[in-house]
Amino acid sequence: MDTPPPAIHVSGLRKSYGRLEVLKGVDFTVAAGSIFALLGSNGAGKTTVVRILSTLLKPDAGTAGVAGFDAVAQPERVRESISLTGQFAAVDQILTGRENLVMVARLRQVSDPGRVADDLLARFGLTEAGARRVATYSGGMRRRLDIAMSLIGDPKVIFLDEPTTGLDPEARIEVWKEIQGLADSGTTVLLTTQYLEEAEKLADRIAILHQGTIIVSGTLAELRGLLPAAKAELVERQPTLEEIFLAVVGNKEQS
Amino acid sequence: MSAHVLSNTGVMLGRSIRHVTRSMDTIITVTIMPIAFMLLFRFVFGGAIQAGTDNYTNYLMPGILLIAISSGISYTGFRLFNDMQSGIFERFHSMPIARSAVLWGHVLTSVVSNAISVVVIILVGLLMGFRTSAGVLDWLAVAGILILFTLSLTWLAMIAGLAASSTDGATAFSYPLIFLPFISSAFVPTATMPAAVRAFAENQPVTSIVNALRALFDQQPVGTGIWVALGWCAGILVVAYAFAMRVYRRKVA
Ligand SMILES: Nc1ncnc2c1ncn2[C@@H]1O[C@H](COP(=O)(O)OP(=O)(O)O)[C@@H](O)[C@H]1O
Ligand SMILES: [Mg+2]
Repeated sequence: MDTPPPAIHVSGLRKSYGRLEVLKGVDFTVAAGSIFALLGSNGAGKTTVVRILSTLLKPDAGTAGVAGFDAVAQPERVRESISLTGQFAAVDQILTGRENLVMVARLRQVSDPGRVADDLLARFGLTEAGARRVATYSGGMRRRLDIAMSLIGDPKVIFLDEPTTGLDPEARIEVWKEIQGLADSGTTVLLTTQYLEEAEKLADRIAILHQGTIIVSGTLAELRGLLPAAKAELVERQPTLEEIFLAVVGNKEQS
Repeated sequence: MSAHVLSNTGVMLGRSIRHVTRSMDTIITVTIMPIAFMLLFRFVFGGAIQAGTDNYTNYLMPGILLIAISSGISYTGFRLFNDMQSGIFERFHSMPIARSAVLWGHVLTSVVSNAISVVVIILVGLLMGFRTSAGVLDWLAVAGILILFTLSLTWLAMIAGLAASSTDGATAFSYPLIFLPFISSAFVPTATMPAAVRAFAENQPVTSIVNALRALFDQQPVGTGIWVALGWCAGILVVAYAFAMRVYRRKVA
């Protein structure tokens, strides 16, 4: 059988900030073209994983491979394959939306930066706002611009760190549509989230990061199978990811 | 340097220059204080100062320009600090671009914006009676010294911008620099100062730079003093650059 190599492969990843041990051996694999959700509560270490994968931070131990390249040994090759949309919108507030896009297009040396920018403005519903400074944008508009900036140059792998945190429900649904569209066009998406609903809605596979390790991972159906039988009887409808999360985290803390 | 690095640096410079031109208030702030000092010294203290010159505006111009640059670079620290805070730095660092371009964009912007304020101040100085017999070569030498001075202080500002944990920290380092010209030959001859102050004044960088600029504006021989001035600038530049890169590498994996 010939399976394509994974887009992301993380194994034995460890990272401490001083005495604080945040990652204690994290392992997961993301298939090319799929959406993978890294789920965890605030402070679980999701951003730390994303920063290691996007070559911004070096792990203490373990390996992080992206698109077949090692994030520590071949950071330039990794950067050519990825795009990062960080936890806080990384847009230039003093420039206009269009200028932000043109800037990234020119940095990535794609041809016809102006057209690329106009196409993305149209696609993300920002055409009218394109000539305005980003400082005047709403949170949802900034997030959409942020994601649009990440798409320039057609990266193979996109990291979205809590892409919908702080957005209103409408803006959240728009961002979800875009993420789905990305995966449909063959891009690999790793997204982190605190919202179980988001992982449930978007992800092909879900991994729960808790107390420094991945305590469970699999498809939504596989995770549902983890729910203790007794609990499953009490829950008449399909259990939500939230119930699975609480059950698994609860078990972990008792043991 | 590869075409890639040049192209990336050009984009970064363009971005950062827009930040300067879109906050004209910073240019005004940067030029107004030195101009105020120029008015104060020329029209309030000037009459009482015995500088042994018949054109005191000429005498104080070099010091005023150094004050302008010393306060101008605090905005460089400020802009770099904002980039570090806003996450746009991380975006750039996760992109397949020359990492050096990110810092050099700020450095070149600092040179350009300080050059603009220097030109504005010289024009105001002309209105106030500044006159120079400097020829093209003298002007080139003046520009060279001022650019080297700007670069050396800019790399100090880069350290502050990279290492600071607050906006104040990113800008406050420039305050002592702004005061250095007052304890130098910039406004009064050092000969009138008490021995200890005089020893400090004559051996700190501003005096040698001021004397060299004054000589160039006046078409006087610069003597060996200009090498002292260039040595100070180059020395500060090398040390500040090395230190800034250390801080940078510690902050960025
Ligand atoms: N640069 C840092 N220095 C010290 N501690 C940090 C640093 N970055 C993150 N942390 C700590 O590491 C833990 C995990 O952080 P993070 O990866 O941001 O979690 P998440 O993204 O899941 O909320 C938190 O307790 C956070 O306070
Ligand atoms: Mg986070």
